[in-house]
Amino acid sequence: MMFAVAAFAVLVSLALAVARALAGPTVFDRMVAVNSIGNGAILLLAVFGFLTGRPEFLDIGILYALLNIVGTIAVLKYFRFGDLGHRGGEEPS
Amino acid sequence: MSLELAADIVTGICLAIGSFFLVVGSIGLLRMPDVFTRMHATSVSDTLGAGFLIIGMMVQAGFTLVTVKLLIILAIFFFTSPLSTHALARGALAVGLKPALFDRNGRKRSKELDLIRDFGVVEVRDVPPATPTDPAHAEKKERQKRRTGRRGASKPKSKGGRSSKR
Repeated sequence: MMFAVAAFAVLVSLALAVARALAGPTVFDRMVAVNSIGNGAILLLAVFGFLTGRPEFLDIGILYALLNIVGTIAVLKYFRFGDLGHRGGEEPS
Repeated sequence: MSLELAADIVTGICLAIGSFFLVVGSIGLLRMPDVFTRMHATSVSDTLGAGFLIIGMMVQAGFTLVTVKLLIILAIFFFTSPLSTHALARGALAVGLKPALFDRNGRKRSKELDLIRDFGVVEVRDVPPATPTDPAHAEKKERQKRRTGRRGASKPKSKGGRSSKR
C-alpha cells in the first residue's frame, strides 16, 4: 500500500519532469528535466521492486544511476564544445 | 510482530516525506522561471526526496544485501547530483544564459548582474535610480541601507567608500 503511494508520487514527478522536458525553451532546461527523469526512473525501479516483492531490480537501478551521469556529462560536453572528442580545458570562444 | 509493525510505521513515514519532497521538487522544476532556479528546485527532489525514499526502503529491507544496494544508489545520488548540476550551470553560463532577476513589481532587472558576477557585492547606491520619485525603489534602497548597516563587518567599509565618494 505505502509502496503503491510512493510509486504514484514518483510517477507524478516523472510526468511533471516530462512536461518540462517537452516545454523547455533552452537545451539546458531539457537537460535538467532529463536528469530528473533519470533519477525518477531509478527511484521507480527501486519502489517497484519493493512493491512486487522482488528487490532484484536494484541492480538495474545502480546501472541506470551510473549511465545517467555519463549521459548528462556527454550531452553537456557536446553542446558546449560541439565535439565529443574535444580535450576540454580552455573555454570555447 | 511488534518490531515489524514499527518498521512498517517508520517506512511509511519516510516514504510519505520522500514522496512529498519529490513532488515538490518536480512542481518547482515545472514552475520556476529560469534554468538556474529550475536546477535549484531539482536538487530538492534529488537529495531529500530520493534520500527519504531510499531510507524508507532500507528500513523495510533490514540487514540484507538489498540495503547495501540501496546504500550504493544513495551514494551515487549524493555524488553525481551536484556534479551534473555544476556542469549544467557552467554550460549554461558559458553559452550565455543569465539568471533572471525580478524586482518586487515583477519587472526584470539586468543591471545588477554585472555587479553580482564580481563576487556578489551588489551596491545599489552607485546605480542611479531610474525614477527618483518611485516609492518602491526608495523603499528598496532604504532596505538595502539597513541591511548593510546591520552587518557589522562590512559597515565601516561601506561608510568609508561613501564618504570618499562624496
